[in-house]
Amino acid sequence: MSLDPATTRRIAKLARIGLDDQEIEAVRTQLGGILGWIEILDEVNVEGVPPMVGTAVNTALAPRVDAVTDGNCQDKVLSNAPDREGPFFTVPKVVE
Amino acid sequence: MLTDLTIAQAADGLRKKDFSAVELTLAHTTAIEALNGRLNAYITPMPDKALDAATKADAALAVGEAPVLTGIPLGVKDLFCTDGVKTTAASKILANFIPPYESTVTAKLLKNGAIFLGKTNLDEFAMGSANLTSAFGEVENPWHRANDPSPLVPGGSSGGSAAAVAAHLAMGATGTDTGGSIRQPAAYCGIVGLKPTYGRCSRWGTIAFASSLDQAGPMTRTVEDAAIMLGAMAGHDPKDSTSANLPVPDYRAACGRSLKGLRVGIPAEYRASGMSEEILAVWQKGIDMLREAGCEIVDVSLPHTKYGLATYYIIAPAECSSNLARYDGVRFGVRAEGATSLDEMYEKTRHDGFGEEVRRRILVGTYVLSAGYYDAYYLKAQKVRTLIRRDFTEAFEKVDVLLTPTAPTAAFRRDEKPVDPVQMYLNDVFTVPASMAGQPGMSLPIGLDSQGLPLGLQLIGRHFDEETLIAVGSGLEKAAGFTARPDLRAGADA
Repeated sequence: MSLDPATTRRIAKLARIGLDDQEIEAVRTQLGGILGWIEILDEVNVEGVPPMVGTAVNTALAPRVDAVTDGNCQDKVLSNAPDREGPFFTVPKVVE
Repeated sequence: MLTDLTIAQAADGLRKKDFSAVELTLAHTTAIEALNGRLNAYITPMPDKALDAATKADAALAVGEAPVLTGIPLGVKDLFCTDGVKTTAASKILANFIPPYESTVTAKLLKNGAIFLGKTNLDEFAMGSANLTSAFGEVENPWHRANDPSPLVPGGSSGGSAAAVAAHLAMGATGTDTGGSIRQPAAYCGIVGLKPTYGRCSRWGTIAFASSLDQAGPMTRTVEDAAIMLGAMAGHDPKDSTSANLPVPDYRAACGRSLKGLRVGIPAEYRASGMSEEILAVWQKGIDMLREAGCEIVDVSLPHTKYGLATYYIIAPAECSSNLARYDGVRFGVRAEGATSLDEMYEKTRHDGFGEEVRRRILVGTYVLSAGYYDAYYLKAQKVRTLIRRDFTEAFEKVDVLLTPTAPTAAFRRDEKPVDPVQMYLNDVFTVPASMAGQPGMSLPIGLDSQGLPLGLQLIGRHFDEETLIAVGSGLEKAAGFTARPDLRAGADA
């Protein structure tokens, strides 16, 4: 299994991880190795096997009353903001 | 020395007024000050908070009716959010993160009177098997090979917790286990590590890696101590919809229970080729000890074992890529400087903030979930996962518990770390299948190898049957009589 540089760049873009050309090449090789190793699963016949979704043994989710259980903690929510203006998180300008 | 006591002994001593919680805590904070510079087991020691809490614990003990862990000093893996105390997940991206809330597991420990000595080191975001990926430096295993002072890895990802407990820098510690992160470091450091059934402990407030696998558990020096800690950590939590609404049994009562007639399964597939003679020998020793205790030894088969790791390395990165999407420099954590657009800020923040292994797993996960590949990788892995779980379900129709090695080797030297990530992943070959199926598992030390390093065995149980693990574990512990201690530990002259 080998990945081409364009696919590797696309994946990095989707993951929002900036990588330079050298890093793309290193990642391309390593991901290729990992994905090649994963191909061992091709040996397994999964015909008619349902996918395992969730691990909990008791899978039924319990309903609860549709009521507010938390809130009124704006200061806590904002306490770790890297940058803020008043009650807002701020980011670099998106619209000119 | 007070640092040599077990949790059970210390709880007893505190109630008999043989010593105070302040004395017990001070013994540990002093030891941490002396040894942490070398071991790097704690990212954030909390001596002042610990001593304040110890003073309050002494007041509670004086009144009587104090809960079980009152005055017991513990370490907390730096993956559990602690209110007002920096919580980093050993990542640069969370280097400045101070949670304004307490995780359910740590809140329960505090409610039970525990004292927190500090936040223990780990692989970044719990991704690693050797504690070499922490942004805050490697942890040194307190054990060393005979006549070779080179640092060994403590295992991972809960390597700081394992090293702290082994070196008597904590009486116990919390760990988390996604594919072996409690059990494998416990084996490498010669201590007990218990990964409960998925759903036994709440995941709320624990920084997520792979949500269908992550589970918190205790790391201690004895099986009884693990039972005591688990009793305090476990239980239903409405804030985690996957936490089981089941009563928490008295785990401690399972210690020393008779093992007569218990059926112990030995899975044929775990006799992997290339396993060292010494690991095979310790496994045989465990089998003999359980037979001696009246257990019936039964050969079983878990035919999809060899597909466990490959399945894991699809599922876990897929979930990690989703969970770690939240670290984007907007609401919390470290934001990279100098970006002029939003996209550039995301990409720089996530490039600079995540280490190489975390980036690699996010990228693998992104790939296997991306359009056109989802069915071939992720859906396929979920189906194989069903087969892996079926293996266990069928085996547990014939036996009550499984006995296997915990890891394929003893702790290795830092400079022996494999360069190929896939080789590194093989460390978890015996622990991953139980994680995939949600079974509870426990590692405990059985003996030393020819180089003087601890070797552990793993018990795997039925869902929500941690009691059988504790019963069998305490029987094995008694038979093995493992009393060896690492050369680097509180009060040792090494």
